[in-house]
Parts: sequence; C-alpha cells; structure tokens
Amino acid sequence: MRQRLLARIPSRPAMVGLIALFVLYPWFYHHVLPQSSQWVPNTSTAFVIIAFTVMGVGLNVVVGYAGLLDLGYVAFYAGGAYAAGWFASQQFGGGLHSPRSWIFGGTVPKGTLGIHLTPWSVILIAAIFAALLGVVIGLPTLRLRGDYLAIVTLGFGEIIPQFVRNGDHVAGFNLTNGSFGLNGIDGLGFGNSVHSALPFLPSNFVEQVDSTWYYWTACVLLLIAIGTSLLLRDSRLGRAWIAIREDEDAAAAMGIPLMQMKTLAYLIGAFFGGAAGALITLQAGATSPQAFSLQVSIFVLCMVILGGMGNVWGVALGGVVLAYVNYQGLFAAGHTFNSVVGTNIDISEYSYLIYGAAIVTFMLFRPEGLLPSARRRHELHEEEELDELIEAQPA
Amino acid sequence: MSDDLLLSARHVRKEFGGLVAVQDVDFEVPRGSITALIGPNGAGKTTFFNMLTGAYKPTSGEIVFDGHEIAGLPQHQITALGIGRTFQNIRLFGTMTSLENTLVGMHCRMHSGVFRSIVRSRLQRREEAEAREKAQALLDYCGLPKRAEDEYARNLAYGDQRRLEVARALATEPKLLLLDEPTAGMNPQETLAFTEFVRKVRDERDLTVLLIEHDMRVVLGVSERVTVLDHGEKIAEGGPTEVTANERVREAYLGTRATG
Repeated sequence: MRQRLLARIPSRPAMVGLIALFVLYPWFYHHVLPQSSQWVPNTSTAFVIIAFTVMGVGLNVVVGYAGLLDLGYVAFYAGGAYAAGWFASQQFGGGLHSPRSWIFGGTVPKGTLGIHLTPWSVILIAAIFAALLGVVIGLPTLRLRGDYLAIVTLGFGEIIPQFVRNGDHVAGFNLTNGSFGLNGIDGLGFGNSVHSALPFLPSNFVEQVDSTWYYWTACVLLLIAIGTSLLLRDSRLGRAWIAIREDEDAAAAMGIPLMQMKTLAYLIGAFFGGAAGALITLQAGATSPQAFSLQVSIFVLCMVILGGMGNVWGVALGGVVLAYVNYQGLFAAGHTFNSVVGTNIDISEYSYLIYGAAIVTFMLFRPEGLLPSARRRHELHEEEELDELIEAQPA
Repeated sequence: MSDDLLLSARHVRKEFGGLVAVQDVDFEVPRGSITALIGPNGAGKTTFFNMLTGAYKPTSGEIVFDGHEIAGLPQHQITALGIGRTFQNIRLFGTMTSLENTLVGMHCRMHSGVFRSIVRSRLQRREEAEAREKAQALLDYCGLPKRAEDEYARNLAYGDQRRLEVARALATEPKLLLLDEPTAGMNPQETLAFTEFVRKVRDERDLTVLLIEHDMRVVLGVSERVTVLDHGEKIAEGGPTEVTANERVREAYLGTRATG
C-alpha cells in the first residue's frame, strides 16, 4: 500500500524540472515561443494565471484539507485588493482641503498624497488583513456544517462586494470609493528602479523587465503557498483538519477544538487569497467592486475540484490549467474557431457554460481531479481498490 | 466528594423536547475500577455517555470529573481533562492510516502551532518524532499487526478497527476510558480476549474504565460495579452478581411475567 502511495507522488527531478520550466517562462516567451500566436500568454497574462493559482492553493486548505465548502472565497481576494489599495494609493490623501501624505518607503515621489508604504509590506499587510477578515467571517459561520456553511459563505461572498460598492460613505468617510474603486495604486516599481538605474535602456525593454519580475513574484508567492500547504499537511494541524473532514464528531471527541481548527484553516486560506489579491491589484494599478463576483469564487473552487481536492500539486496544476483556459486558451480557441468556420462568436461569453460542463464531466468521470491526493482517490474509488486487492491476493 | 471517586454525576437529566432520555440519574465511578453501564435498548445509556464526553449538555444536574465540573464543557476540553472514548459504531478516520488516527488522538497533548509547523522548528520535529514513536508503541500495545500501521483505517479487519479505536482513545492519555459497546460484533473468543485486554489496560496503565455493554458475559466477566438504566432511570446498582439477581433488572431485560 505504502509503495503504491509513494508511486503516485511525482518524482523529485520531475518536480524540479517543472518548477524550472515555470520560472523560465518569460525567457521562453521572449526567445522560443511564437509571440504572435493567440495560444501563447504574454508574461502579464502568465502573471495573472499564477496569481489566481495561488488562490486555488489557498482555498485548498479550506476545502481540500478541512472539508469546509467555501463559496465566498472572493471576499478574501477583495479584502487583499482593497487593503493593498489603501496602503499604496491616494485614497486617503484627504483631497484639496486637508491634503495628507504619509510615505514610508513607497515608490512614489515625495509629497504624493495618501498613504504609501513599501509595496512588499503592502502585500504582507493585505494578506494579514484578509486573514483577519477570514477570522471575522469564520467565527459566526464555521459553526455550521456542510451545505449550510456553503450557503452562508455564498452570502458573505456577495456581502463583501456590496459593502465595497457602498463603502464610499462609511460614517462620512470614503473608505472604498464606491463603484469607482481604487485607482492609481502604486506598483512594485521594478520598471522604475531599472529605469532610474539605467536610464538609457529602451522603454520596451524596461516594460519587459517589469512584467517578468511581477511574474517571478507571483511564482515565489505560489511556491510559498505550496510549501506552506505541504508542511502543514504533514503536521499536527493538517491531521486535525483531515480528521475534521472525515468525521467532525469523532474529531471533537478525540480532543480537537473544532472552532479553533476550522478558523485556522479559514485564516490560512484567506491569507493567501489576500496576498494574491494584493499582488494582482498592485500589478493592475486599480481595483473595483466589479472584480469580485461570485464567478471568481466558483472559478477558484473549480481549480480545487479540477486539480484534485486535498492534493496541493494537483490543485496547482488544475489552477494553472484553468486560469490559462480562462485568460488565454478560451479566447484563442474562439479566435481559431471563428477564423476556421468563418463565424463571429464571442466564445468568452460562454465561458461559464464551458466550465459548468467541465465540472459536471469531471464529477461524473474523474471526481478525484487531475492529480488526486491518495486519500481522495481512495474515498472515491473504494470498490475498484478492493477489487485490485482481491486480485493481488495469492490464490 | 470523596477522593476515590473519579467521576460522580448528580441528578443528571437530559430532555429532548418533551422526551426525557435520562432522568435524574446519580452515578459514580470509583477511581481504578471497571464499571459497566447496562440496560435494554433505548434505556438512555448512550445519551448518558454523550453527556459525559460533552457531545450533549445535560438539561440539569452536575457531573464532576477528577475535581472539575464538566457538564456543558466543549468536547475537546473534556478530552484534555482526561476522558477518552470509543464509539459503538466504529468511527475511525477512514482515509487516515492507523498511525495517523492515533496521532490525531494525541492532538491535545501536543503543542506545535502554525509557525513551528511551517518552519519545522527543532521542537516541532522532536515532538513529532516522539509522538510517532509513542503512537507506534500504542498500536503495538493494542495488538495491531505491524503492517497495519500504514494501512488506511477503513481497510483494516473489523477486529483491528476495534483495537485501533482503543489505541486512538488511549492516545488522548485518558484517566477515564469510556468504551461504548466495545465487543459488539465480536465472536465469543474475540470477546474473551477483549475483556482480558480491558483488564490488562486498566492494571498496566493506571486507568479507570467505564463501559456500556449489552453482552452480559462481558459485564459479568470484567466489571466490578454495574449500574442498570431503564427508561432513563437508574433501577439498580452494585456488584455484577448482585445486579443480575435483581428482580427489576430481570424485568427490564426479559419483560414482566404475565399475571392472571
């Protein structure tokens, strides 16, 4: 049994090779791949793909490990995005009458209005803010089980964007700038640094460097998320989460504090949701409530399901595949389809139809996902395994 | 309260809506004893058990365990105070290995949190290694074959699953071990072996054992003290032979003789 379990874990050299492939993607993009192809994502799109994958890996702690079906994960994305905006834009600049400027190592010129912290600290602050949001949402909701939890989290996923939309007048204070969202958010400033150090370089090269470094930042964040998940899984906490997923009552009777452990799973999931949200926001330079629809929650949940609930590498793979389809593949497929058939269909309009069909297909034919965790596979294919075992018995 | 009582319940009552499942029961478990709680189906045994472990909160009454009032405390706190249990219908974590199941039982005796687990501090690694060693020893002690360690709990033979339930409960380092119909589904030899084992555990690990049991042979064979519940009421208490001779107990189990 043990042998077979081990056989399913991808070998180490293959892993290192795969990671290297991802890390070197910008180089491939610029030197190997046909840039004109619709199918090849540019470095900025690749950045978004990786950043969303981080969310998938974060949600996996909640859904895959602890078995808490969260349909409102977008709330943490929103939390991270706005926290990033608050600490790196002119949002709290006070306007004409009472101009205020707090700059602590931001990438902006002296005298710029608003709060501007070092972008790196902004990512951390945003992640912590989202984690706190996770605790705030988690404490009242996590007492519920199964479907009830799913419905309440669905509610919170809707409440947060609504709050953001209407948050331009919280006790007379413009917190979120309403449906306009936050604009002019500072970036990580890779391009600026290069430009100020070597001003003679052509601007398109500087842009290239900028987007490459963003991509790498996302890769580092993804590796941190994956590493954290893996380390936690093989610890006292990971065992407690899986026990809760398996049988909540038995877990409680074995001395596992349910609320504490569930809230912790939420907190960690939210942390990575917030970090990824902040990174996306810093790169985009703006955020608005329109970005936080239910569809994002479903999209991230699909990554977890598609990849194989509970298996971190599977979820990372599922995330990359799904985000690629969402941000590049579907568009390219539509384009190819239109040019071959001669129609003029906007295939991205049908994206959720396609995802829906994909999820149903997966649930029917491969419920354990692309790269299942051994456990899940086991849960879902118990009978087949049993047959295998019987066959393996010497006659 | 005298010191030789590990657990004492006073006027414990549990109502579910209009139904009174347990009616003002007084109940004591002497330290170091093997006590049995028996009664026909629906007598309120499991309800009573669930109040001891914190799964249910008593409607009224008090339960004092080892000097702590535990009625209404959350389950994990009660487990931490030293009550470990097994389940009547086995409730192992099916897709965790035997070793992992046992390690889950040690959760409340371990301390590593998020930070230590992520950085794999020396303390965490040592704790983990010690826990593993202890879990292996426990599995061995409970008679699980060595090869079962890395097997998923759901793949184990029925008898091994029962043993694993005990190992998992012992992993919580209980002072009081609650066994809920531990011999259900066992054949006479297995039952005999199990009763021997219960006595051995009590003697070697300085435990007190409280068991719910249907099987009279088990009750007579192993317990030193028996309490009989019927319709949520305590109808008899005493040594096993004394209790089985009791008229009310016979009635509860066999029904009343038709009169007239």
